[in-house]
Amino acid sequence: MVEPNLNDELLDAAIMDEGVAAELLAPGNGNPRPSSWRLYWRRLKKRPAALVGTIIFCVFLFLAVFGPWVAPYDYQTQNVKVRLDAPSVAHPFGADQFGRDIFSRIIVGTRNIFLIGGFGTLVAVVIGTAIGLASGYVGGTSDEVVMRLLDVLLSFPSLLLALVLLSTVGPSNFNLVLVVAILYIPMVARVVRSMVLDLKNKEFVEAARVRGEKRSYILFREILPNSLPPLLVEASMRFSYSIFLVASLGYLGLGVQPPSPDWGLQINDARNFLPIAPWLLLFPACTIAVLVVSTNLMSDGLRQVMLPGGGRN
Amino acid sequence: MLRFILRRLGFMVLTVILASIIIFWATTVLPGDVATMVLGRFATPQAKAKLRTELGLDKPIAVQYSTWLGKYARGDWGKSVSTDTAVRPVVFQRLRNSFMLAIVAFALYVPLGILLGLVAALKRNTWLDNSISVGSLAFIGLPEFVSGVILITIFAVELKWLPSQSAIDPQSTFVQAFPYLILPAITVALTSLAYVVRMTRSSTVDVLQMDYVRTANLKGLTPRRVLFTHVLRNSLLPTITVVAIGIGWLIGGLIVTESVYDYPGIGRLLLFAIQRRDLQLIQATALLIVIIYVVANLVADILYAVLNPRIRYQ
Repeated sequence: MVEPNLNDELLDAAIMDEGVAAELLAPGNGNPRPSSWRLYWRRLKKRPAALVGTIIFCVFLFLAVFGPWVAPYDYQTQNVKVRLDAPSVAHPFGADQFGRDIFSRIIVGTRNIFLIGGFGTLVAVVIGTAIGLASGYVGGTSDEVVMRLLDVLLSFPSLLLALVLLSTVGPSNFNLVLVVAILYIPMVARVVRSMVLDLKNKEFVEAARVRGEKRSYILFREILPNSLPPLLVEASMRFSYSIFLVASLGYLGLGVQPPSPDWGLQINDARNFLPIAPWLLLFPACTIAVLVVSTNLMSDGLRQVMLPGGGRN
Repeated sequence: MLRFILRRLGFMVLTVILASIIIFWATTVLPGDVATMVLGRFATPQAKAKLRTELGLDKPIAVQYSTWLGKYARGDWGKSVSTDTAVRPVVFQRLRNSFMLAIVAFALYVPLGILLGLVAALKRNTWLDNSISVGSLAFIGLPEFVSGVILITIFAVELKWLPSQSAIDPQSTFVQAFPYLILPAITVALTSLAYVVRMTRSSTVDVLQMDYVRTANLKGLTPRRVLFTHVLRNSLLPTITVVAIGIGWLIGGLIVTESVYDYPGIGRLLLFAIQRRDLQLIQATALLIVIIYVVANLVADILYAVLNPRIRYQ
């Protein structure tokens, strides 16, 4: 999928930047992979929207890791004097009904969203990849059965399945990770499987088979590395949906539980104070919007950069 | 064609049955002792045992499941623990309300989405296309509860044009409910709108580059004629699929939106059931939503096959 377009892009790159192209085309450069990452970066830089999305995403990632040290106040310290105060220099996003600093709560809340969405997506990618590789490579009836079962999971609207599962196991960070993983396993497995079906009859895989390579070598050293670009694109898309999902569940009261700061929950709490203190609601709402939009811009950019010619829609 | 439909129908029935197993398993097996959940931790063992017999929980799990599914198919959906009324009439009444909301949203986003997508495709790589494309990407990512509260802040709290809450009488007619449907419908429509725009744009761009379109242009047909008789027929096909797949999003969006506006639809009912741990109500509502979703997908598949002979004769 990626291969046929690579040469055109190399020529493009050659016209644009002789240094990189020379490096890419240099004889004896036996391992093309690090260079193709460079190529991806080069193409990404030409897309301002995707670049901005990536940068904002990285800022949030930084906040998720270092949030508690960056935040100006402790996220649960209550200061009665500033209850429902409007945004000011001391409290840039204002203070909530308990006098807690909203700016700090948003910063600290970043971590939960990233942890749940990130780990959920990671688990889904690992298990989904395993299922997709095995099912696609073995093929036949077992493949058909596995795919039909995954279709059943896909026949639930994802929010509905999440609600039904969470309503019984109860909301906790661990359960949220599991639910995100269960929702996204079928989607990841489908993408990997279609790549396997596409690749398993290609000449280089055939060659490995004829050489007498072991099945595990063929799967993990030949097929998997070549499925990486679409897998990465799918993973970044899943991650951006998982932010959406975790925030929505938080709003519905089935996500991160208080007193942990959660954006969705903050918005739900803030609705009662809407007429007198709209900033309680607007700042977390805008934060979610900015994060989700920038993640979307980034994953859309990744798709255009790594799967030129469309890939899957 | 008939074989195609029958095959799809078979898969649909299988999917619904498997989905019902998942719902039943998740609501009955996972949570542990239902009797304790309903009666509370301090209920006497005798009371719990009596309730278990009443609910048929003393029987093997397979028997419980088949009894439940059989009753469901026959329309006996049980009694709700939290409202102490029969489940089915409530669910169908709320379903009707959700349909009203969905129809208004549908009427908003499908025509508007196709229009914007076409404009973006025809004015490709201009500022207009760029702003439509980036804007739609932004709206795809905006959770309904975020766009919902922003819309409420602007149109209900600041401008006072529309009501901020839609907690209407569940039995209101469409005309009575309409003013309360506008803001929720816009909220639901925004996400789906973005999908339709993006799909219409990308498929129209593809079709515009095809040889037969160039031929049509070169033989001197008016641009309008080329667009309406040659381009649209092919470029709108994928849009139909996206509208169908979008029904899943629409349902998810309805659950959140109804909760934002307190609108008495099926999504709000499901959340109510979950908050009250009302298992009968959760099962009935969840399975009904799955059935609607699966049927909608089937209809879309058939429609697609009718419009696209290549699929039909595979």
